[in-house]
Amino acid sequence: MSDHEHKYGIVRSGFASTNPEDPDNHPPTAEERELREYPLDIAAANAKAKSGTGKQYWRSIEELAGDPHFEDLLHREFPRAASEWDESVDRRGFLKLLGASMALAGMAGCGRPPEQHIVPYVKQPDGLILGKPQQYATVMPFGADAVGVLVESHEGRPTKIEGNPDHPSSLGATDAFAQAAILDLYDPDRAKTPTEAGDIRTWAMFQQAAQDLATAQKSVNGAGMRILTGTITSPVLAAQIEYVLKFFPQAKWHQWEPAISDGAREGAKLAFGRYVNTVCRVEKANVILSLDADFMANGPGHTRYMKDFYKRRNLTGPNDEMNRLYAVEPTPSVTGSAADHRLPLRASEIELFARAIAAKLDLGGSATLSKDAERFADAVAKDLQKNRGASLVVAGEQQSAEVHALAHVINAALGNAGATVYYTEPVEANPVNHAESLHELAADIHKSKVDLLLILGGNPVYDAPRDWAFSEFEQKLKKVHTVVHVSSHYNETSEFSRWHIPETHFLETWGDARAFDGTYSVIQPLIAPLYQARSAFEVLAAFTDKPGVTSYDALREHVKTVLGAGDAEKNWRKSLNDGLVAGTALAPLPVSAKFSPASLPPAKAHNADEFEFIFRPDPTIYDGRFANNGWLQELAKPITKITWDNAALVSPVTAQKLGIGRTIASRGGEHGQVRSSVVDIELSNGKVSAAAWVVPGQADGVVVLPLGYGRKNAGETGTNKGFNAYAVRGSNALWATTGGKVTVTNDEYPIACTQFHHNVEGRKIVSSASLEEYKKNPNFAHEKDETPPNGLTLYQNFEELGYYKHYKWAMAIDLTKCNGCNACVVACQSENNIPVVGKDQVMRGREMHWIRIDRYYESGLETEKDDDSEIPALANPPTYFQPVPCQQCENAPCEQVCPVGATTHSAEGLNDMVYNRCIGTRYCSNNCPYKVRRFNFLRFQDWETPSLKLMRNPEVTVRSRGVMEKCTYCVQRINNVRIESEKDNGGVGREIRDGEIVTACEQACPSEAIVFGNANDPNSRVSKLREKVNPRAYNMLGELNARPRTTYLGAVRNLNSDLEKA
Amino acid sequence: MSEGPVNSPEIRRLPRVLEPGYNYASVTDKIASIVLTRPVSLGWLAGFTLSFTILMVLLGSIAWLIIKGVGIWGINIPIGWGFAIVNFVWWIGIGHAGTLISAILFLLNQQWRTSINRFAEAMTLFAVACAAVFPGIHVGRPWMAFYMFPYPSTMGVWPQFRSPLIWDVFAVSTYGTVSALFWFVGLIPDLATLRDRATNKAAQIIYGMLAMGWRGSARHWHRYQSAYLLLAGLATPLVLSVHTVVSFDFAVGIVPGWHTTIFPPYFVAGAIYSGFAMVLTIAIPLRKAYGLEDFITMRHLENMAKVMLATGLIVAYGYFMEFFLALYSGNKFDVFLVQQRLHGPYSGYYFALILCNILTPQLLWFQKVRTNVAALFVMSLVINLGMWLERFVIVVISLTRDFVPGAWGRYQPTFWDYSTFIGTMGLFVSLLFLFVRGLPAISIAEMRELVAHTSEEHE
Amino acid sequence: MAQIFHRSTNFIARFSLFSAIFLAGLALTGILALARSPYFTRQNISREQPVQFSHKHHVGDDGIDCRFCHTSVENSATAGIPPTKTCMNCHSVLFNNAGYLEPVRESFRTDQSIQWVKVHRLGDFAYFNHSIHVSKGVGCSTCHGAVNQMPLIFQANTLLMQWCLDCHRNPEAVLRPLDQVYNMDWKAPDDQAKIGHDFAVERKIRSTVELTSCSTCHR
Repeated sequence: MSDHEHKYGIVRSGFASTNPEDPDNHPPTAEERELREYPLDIAAANAKAKSGTGKQYWRSIEELAGDPHFEDLLHREFPRAASEWDESVDRRGFLKLLGASMALAGMAGCGRPPEQHIVPYVKQPDGLILGKPQQYATVMPFGADAVGVLVESHEGRPTKIEGNPDHPSSLGATDAFAQAAILDLYDPDRAKTPTEAGDIRTWAMFQQAAQDLATAQKSVNGAGMRILTGTITSPVLAAQIEYVLKFFPQAKWHQWEPAISDGAREGAKLAFGRYVNTVCRVEKANVILSLDADFMANGPGHTRYMKDFYKRRNLTGPNDEMNRLYAVEPTPSVTGSAADHRLPLRASEIELFARAIAAKLDLGGSATLSKDAERFADAVAKDLQKNRGASLVVAGEQQSAEVHALAHVINAALGNAGATVYYTEPVEANPVNHAESLHELAADIHKSKVDLLLILGGNPVYDAPRDWAFSEFEQKLKKVHTVVHVSSHYNETSEFSRWHIPETHFLETWGDARAFDGTYSVIQPLIAPLYQARSAFEVLAAFTDKPGVTSYDALREHVKTVLGAGDAEKNWRKSLNDGLVAGTALAPLPVSAKFSPASLPPAKAHNADEFEFIFRPDPTIYDGRFANNGWLQELAKPITKITWDNAALVSPVTAQKLGIGRTIASRGGEHGQVRSSVVDIELSNGKVSAAAWVVPGQADGVVVLPLGYGRKNAGETGTNKGFNAYAVRGSNALWATTGGKVTVTNDEYPIACTQFHHNVEGRKIVSSASLEEYKKNPNFAHEKDETPPNGLTLYQNFEELGYYKHYKWAMAIDLTKCNGCNACVVACQSENNIPVVGKDQVMRGREMHWIRIDRYYESGLETEKDDDSEIPALANPPTYFQPVPCQQCENAPCEQVCPVGATTHSAEGLNDMVYNRCIGTRYCSNNCPYKVRRFNFLRFQDWETPSLKLMRNPEVTVRSRGVMEKCTYCVQRINNVRIESEKDNGGVGREIRDGEIVTACEQACPSEAIVFGNANDPNSRVSKLREKVNPRAYNMLGELNARPRTTYLGAVRNLNSDLEKA
Repeated sequence: MSEGPVNSPEIRRLPRVLEPGYNYASVTDKIASIVLTRPVSLGWLAGFTLSFTILMVLLGSIAWLIIKGVGIWGINIPIGWGFAIVNFVWWIGIGHAGTLISAILFLLNQQWRTSINRFAEAMTLFAVACAAVFPGIHVGRPWMAFYMFPYPSTMGVWPQFRSPLIWDVFAVSTYGTVSALFWFVGLIPDLATLRDRATNKAAQIIYGMLAMGWRGSARHWHRYQSAYLLLAGLATPLVLSVHTVVSFDFAVGIVPGWHTTIFPPYFVAGAIYSGFAMVLTIAIPLRKAYGLEDFITMRHLENMAKVMLATGLIVAYGYFMEFFLALYSGNKFDVFLVQQRLHGPYSGYYFALILCNILTPQLLWFQKVRTNVAALFVMSLVINLGMWLERFVIVVISLTRDFVPGAWGRYQPTFWDYSTFIGTMGLFVSLLFLFVRGLPAISIAEMRELVAHTSEEHE
Repeated sequence: MAQIFHRSTNFIARFSLFSAIFLAGLALTGILALARSPYFTRQNISREQPVQFSHKHHVGDDGIDCRFCHTSVENSATAGIPPTKTCMNCHSVLFNNAGYLEPVRESFRTDQSIQWVKVHRLGDFAYFNHSIHVSKGVGCSTCHGAVNQMPLIFQANTLLMQWCLDCHRNPEAVLRPLDQVYNMDWKAPDDQAKIGHDFAVERKIRSTVELTSCSTCHR
C-alpha cells in the first residue's frame, strides 16, 4: 500500500483489492444495493457457473436465460432512449401518468419517505475508509499508445478517469477519449454473455468448443486458422499470440486498424530501410512544421505532445518567447487551428509542399507550388534554417510514406534527429502493413483457406475497405467455418460470427501495454467484470493446451522479466502504484536516413478542379469504436461544433460553387439546429448521401468524409447516426482519392450544431494580438475596456458583509493555450454527473454541458448571416477557442432575480446553485449575460439503467427534472480539500495550499490553459494571472460590471513577419 | 377627456348614455330578464360548449406539462421564457380596463362608465384568472412553487425579496383580491333585485345568500356608497402598481430590450390600451346579442375609442423612446437590439406590432371610424393582437440575441405552447358566458340612477 | 312577499364568514406543525432491527468507545457502520450461542450482509461530514442524543435544515473540549458561552457567513 498522498485527499492506493476471481467487490453501502441488483445476479450466476457441477450449472444458466430481467436487458432494443421524452403516450398511459403526476404533485409537500437500509460489509477490505474515494493507476490502451490514467474508485466503483502525472504519455492530462472511457465500462448496451449463433452460452461451453476447434486445427498444424487483431502494444498478449502460433505453426496473424495509416510505417522503411517508432520532443522545438499532422489530437503520444507544445507558450510577461507552429493541411484540425500560420492545401499537395521545403533546404528534388504556397514555403524554410537542431517537421498520420520519408530527411538535414525527434524500436509488437495484411487475409478467405478466424477486437465488417478484396466482407465471413469474435459490443461483425465473446473493458482486466515511447505500463482492474466478459488473452488461451491460464498469471510471469533484480513483490506493487515500470522507455536507435528527395518520381500533376475526397477519423468518436458513447456523441466537434452526426465538409468557396444551402432552423437556431443540404457522393467503389457542412479554412475542392458514423449495430446510442464513410472507402485510396462526383440534392438534413454564429460582433469577448503587438502593447487585452470602477453598483457589497475573508476562488483561462480539444468538457461531464440529452434536445438548444467551448473566427466582418460577402474573409480565418464555464460573478445578475434564493453568493464568492431549493423559474438563466446556466427542461437523467447508477459521482447531487444547474467550480472538490485542511493540526486547521484543489477541467487540460486557485493569496498561480497583475488578463464583457471570477488571458500568436498579411 | 357633469347645459349635444323612454321598471326588467326569464338561447349553448371544450384543452395541456415538464414547450437556453410569460403579461394587461373604468372613472364621476363597468370588471377578474394560470405552471417544479410564498419553513430560509417575481406574487394577488371585492360589492344591490324577482326557489336562495340580506334601506345605501367609494380609492393605485411591478420583471433584468426605465409607464399605458380593446371586443357582440344598444350606446363606444387612441399614442411614445434611448446612450448592446428589431430574423414580428399598435389606431382620429361599430370591433381585435405581439417581441426576441454571440439561439413555439395559450382563451370566454347568464351584465342600480338623471333632462 | 331566510341566518352568515378565516389560519398552522412533527422527521421513533442491538448495553454498560465500531468518524464523511467481522471479534467468544445473535453469525457464515434499518437520514442533496464536526469539537451526543441511554437507537433530533442552521449560526453553543467529544454524558457548563467562544477562536471555526453558505452543505 502506498502512503503517497494524492490530490483532494484521495489516498492513491497501490493495489486494487479487485481481482477477476472475486465474485463481487462492489460497495454494499445503502444506496448501491438495489441499483447493483442486476450486475450482482450475473456475478452470482458466474460464481455458480464456476463452482457448480455441470448439472447445477445448467440449471443456473437456464434460470439466467429465463430470467425476464436478463432477457430484457439482453434483447430489448431501446434500453434507454435518449429521445424518450417525445415518445407519444396512448390514452390509457396518459391517464395513468396523469393520475400519478397529480398524486405526486399532491404528495410532494407531505409524502413520508419509505424506509431505507444500511448494508455494511461482512469483512471490510483493508485500507478502505468508508466514504473516501481511492485512486488506482492503470493505462488505457489506444492504438499504438497507452495513456496513463488514475481512476477514482468509490467503494469499488470506478467513477472518474484522470491523467497519471507519472506516466510519460499523460503527465497528468488526458484527452476526451480517456475521460469518456468510463462511460464505455458502464455502457448498458455492452454484450453481456458469450453467444453462439445468437444463443446464450457460458464461458465453460466456449472453452469446450474452443478445445474441439483446436484439436481439429492441430491435425492440419493450424493451416486453416487465422487471427485478426488491431495494433497490439501489449507484450503479454503478443506473447500469447506467438504461443498460439507456435502451437499451430501454419496459422497466421493479421492486423487491421482502420484509422491508423501505414504511411508512418512505410515512410520509416523508405527513409531508414526498416520500421522504427518516431518520438518527438516537441518542447525542444522553436519552430514546428506540421505537414497535415494533427499531432496534438491524434496519433501516439498526442496528449503528451500537446502538453510539451504549450510548455513553450507560457507568457508571464511581454519579454517571454514562444515557439512557432506552421500548419499545412487540407482541413482545419485542432492542431492547425492553434497554429500561428496555417495554409490550406489539398491533401495531395502536401507532398509537393514537403518536396518544396526539401528543395529549398538543398536536399534535392523540386516542386512547383501556387504563389501563396510558394511564399509560405519560403518563409517556413527560412525559419527552419534559422532554427537548425531546434526545429521539427511532423508528417501527418494520414499522409503517404513519401511525406513521412521527406519529414525524416528534412529533420535529419536540420540536425533535429536526436534533438527534437528520435527513433526507437517499434512500440507495436508486430509492425506490419495493415492494408496488405488484411488483403492477404481476405484473399485467403476468398480461396476458402480459412476455417477458423479469431477476430480479437475490431469490427472489420463495418470498417474494412469496400473494394476488390472486401466487397461484402460479410459474404466472405460466411465462407469461414467458424468465426470467433471478441468485442465489447455485439456489433456488425458479431452478426456474422459463430461465436461472440464479450470483451472486458480495460478497467475490468489485467494486462499490459507499451506507451508511445515504449514505456512498459501495467493495466490493473478497478472492478470485476460487470458481465461474463473475457479478455482477448483468455480467449486465445482457450485454444491452447493451457486453457485455464488467466491474464493475471501471465502478467505476473512477464513482469518478472521486465522488473529485473530486486524484491519482486515490492517492485510489482510499485509498478502497480505508478502504473508503469520506470525506465522502460525504448532507447533511441542510431538510424540515419538513406533517402534522397531527388529519387522520388516526378509528382503527378493533379487536376485542380476535380474534387479530392479525404477520409479522417472523427474528432469525437474516432474510427467508430466510440459510436455508442453518449458523452462523445454529444460532444461538439472542435471545429464544426456538430454533435451526433458527421457531415461532408467543404470550403465556403466550394459550397458556393456547388450551391450548398444552409438555413438556421427557428427551433434552436444558431444554438441548436441548422438545416443543411444533402449531397450524394459517388466514388469509384460506392455511393453515399451525406449532409454537407461548410468549414471556413478548408482547402477548396476538398471534401472531408469523417469516419466512424453510420454504424448499423453499435448499440442504442450509436446506431444509424450520420453517414458511413467506410462505404465509399477503397483499399487503394484509404486516405485520399479523386475522381468522384458530388451532386447536391434538394433534401435538407437537420444538424445539431451547438454554435453556428462565429463572429464576436466587435464585443469584448475574445481579445487577441500577435507576439509583436503584445511586446509593443502588453495591455492589448484592455483596449476599448469599459469596466466601471469598483462599487459602482446597486448590488450589495459582499466584502462589507464579511465575505471573501479566507478564500476567494478564481479561475484564469489562457486563450493562447486553448485549441478546443474538448478534454475539459468531458472531464466536467464525468465529474459532475451531467446527463446526455440526445440529438433532438440538442437541436432545441438544451445540451447540458457546464463548460462549453465557443469557437470564433476573426473574419473582420461584423454580420450575423453567413452570406457570400463573408467568403473571402473565411478562406483561412484565424480561429479562436474560448472555454466558457460559469463566470462566478461577484455582482452576479443571476442571484438578484431568483425568487426563492436557490442561487446565492457563498462566502468564498461562488454563485452557489441549490438544486433542492430551485423551482425552475429560469429567470437566472435569462439574466445571465454569459448564458452558462443549464436547465433540466425534461427528465434528462437516466434513473433506471442500473449500470449508469454505478457510474455516478456520489459527491455530486444528481439533478432531476425542472431545476437549473451550472458550473460550480467543482465545489465538491473544494469542500473536500477544505475539510481536510481544517482538520489538520488537531482541529486547528491550516490554509489550503495552492494547487491542492484541482477542478475537473483544469485537471484534464493538457495545455494547462485553465488555472484555479485562491485570489486572496498573492502567490497563488491564479493571482499571477488575474487583472492588474497580468496585463493580458481581462473580463469577458467587463463593461457589464458583473465582475467575473473567471478571467481570460488574451490570445497571442507568434506571427512570422514575412508572412503577416500586408 | 372629462365631459363635465352630465346635467350641464351642453349635455344635449352629446350622444346619450341612455336612450330615452326608460323608467326604473323597464330598465330593471330589461337587464334582469336576461338572467332570469330569457330562455337559454342556442347561440349561448353553442358558444359555451365551444369555449368549454377549449377550456378542457387547457386542462389537458397543463396535465401533460406536469407529467413531462416545461420541455414540451419551445423554450430553451438562451430563451428561458416563452409563451407562458407572454400570455401572463398580456392577460394581466387586459385585466386593467375593468378596474380602471370602475374605479378611476367612478372617482372622476364619469357617468358613461355605468353601463359598461359591470362586465368590464368581470372581464378584469377573468383576465386575471387567466393570467394567474401561468406563474404557477411555467416553473420547472410546479409542486414546489409554494417556496415563493413567505411562510416559516422547516428550512429556516425565506424567499428572496429582491426578486421581481416575488413582487409579482404580491402585486397580482392583491390586485386580484381588491378587484374581486370591488366587483362583488357593486353587485350586491343587483343580486338583491334578482333575489326579489327570481321565481324559482333555488335562484332565490342563491341570489339571496349572495345579496347578504340587502334590503335597500337608506342605511344600506349609505354604507354601500362609502364602501364602494373606499374600494374605488383602493383599486385606483393598484391599477397603476400591478403592471408597473410586472414591468419590473423585465426592467430589473440586464437583458438588452428589458433593461430600460421607460417600462413602467409604458406597460401601464399598454395595459389600459389592450384592456379597453378587450372591453370593446366583448361589449360589441354583447349589446348586439342581448339588444342592449340603448344601454351601451354609441357614446360609450366612442369614448372607449378615444381612450384607446390616447393610450395608443403613449405606447407609441414608449416605442420611440426605446429607440431614442438606445441610440442616445450609445450602449452597443441596445443599439444592436434596435438593428435586430429592424432587420434581424424576427423583424417581421416587430413591423407587424407597429402596424397593429401604432398605425391602425390612428384611424380613430376620425369620428366616422369611432362611430362605426364594425370598424371598432375589428380594430379592437387588431390591437389585442398587437399588444400580444408587443409582449412577444419584448420577452422572447430580446432573449434570442443578447450578449455572447456564441450563445445566440432562436425560439419556436410547440403545439403545447399554442394549446395552452388558446386554452386560456377558453377559460376566459367560458367564464364570460356563465357571467352573462348568471349575473346582470349591466348594473341595474346604477342604471336606475341614470334614468333619474336622463329623465331630469327631459323635463 | 314571503321571507326566504329566517332572521337567524343573519348570524349564520356572519359566523361562517369569521369561522372561514379562522379555519384557514388553523389549517395553515396545522400543516406547518405537521411538517415538524415526528411523523415526518421520525424523531424519537425507534425501528425494528434484524438484531436488537443495544447501544445502551455496549456504550452505557460496557463503555465501548464510539470509534471502536464507527471507525471512519474521524476521517471520513460517514461514521461507518461496522462490518459483521467487528461484531464477531467479540461475539465469537461472548454469547457465542445466544439465539438473538444468530443473524450475526449467519451473516458471517454466509458472507451476506446484515441489513440494518437506517435511522438517521438526511436528504441526498445534503452533504453532512462527520469528521469535520468531531474534529472541531462537536460531540456525538449534540446531534445523536444520549446514545448510551438508548436500548434501541432512535433519532434524538429533528434533523431539519432549520435545526442544522441553529448550530451553524451559533456554533459556540455546542463546542466542547476535544477530549469530551465522545463523552455521552457531557453537559454544557454554565460558562459555555465563554468557553465556546474561546474554542471557536482557537479552532478557527469559520464565520456564520461561511458556515451558512449554501455550498457548505449542498453541492
